[in-house]
Amino acid sequence: MIETERRVAPRVSLPSTIRDAMIEHAQREFPKEACGLLAGPKGTIEAIYPMRNADDSAVTYRLDPTEQLRVFREIEDRGWDLFAIYHSHTHSEAYPSATDRRLAFYPEAVYVLVSLADPDSPAVRAFTISDGDVDELGVTVS
Amino acid sequence: MAVTVRIPTILRSHVGGVPSVEASGSTLRELLQDLERRYPGFGGSIVTEDGALHRFINLYVNDEDVRYLGSLETAVEDGDTVSILPAVAGGEHT
Repeated sequence: MIETERRVAPRVSLPSTIRDAMIEHAQREFPKEACGLLAGPKGTIEAIYPMRNADDSAVTYRLDPTEQLRVFREIEDRGWDLFAIYHSHTHSEAYPSATDRRLAFYPEAVYVLVSLADPDSPAVRAFTISDGDVDELGVTVS
Repeated sequence: MAVTVRIPTILRSHVGGVPSVEASGSTLRELLQDLERRYPGFGGSIVTEDGALHRFINLYVNDEDVRYLGSLETAVEDGDTVSILPAVAGGEHT
């Protein structure tokens, strides 16, 4: 009997408190881009780490390298994994830009985009980016 | 005697999939040259063609960002740990 491989689109289970905290962070930094990390044990999201945008910019972001190492170590020391990298787009949709794709050096992480393009209805979407290829993941808010 | 170099996931394919390797040299540049000799192609991910540290690579010696030390000329000693972390960066600018 031939087994057919079914490709099931993976979904991200996002706690509502974490989603709200990301949106609040994005709104607080507006019009600049906000950025941060989500982490937890065994493929779950337990904590949000809002981080400084070292670019201090409305159109780009970059984690401060010293803060990045410190938080990566903290996640590791807890026995957790980096689950996602999030950042905000203040004027465009929640979809990875050409810059996002070119600078996606963490193929093992989920990239979460928060869009404030419609200020009354912030959008949150999740993707993997590998070799510049974007795959959207479903998001289940729990 | 050697320095431990921690390799990020995206570069592990160059070094046989392991999370860290040992390397020798008295500066970061020598260390990376040693790695390039043993793992051809590895160095090009870290150092540009002009011999500078790649803009989107963070290098740390014992958790200190080398941009605040001596960049690629930073001295390393046996027992030191060098960490390589690609930048976490992007943005809606295209």
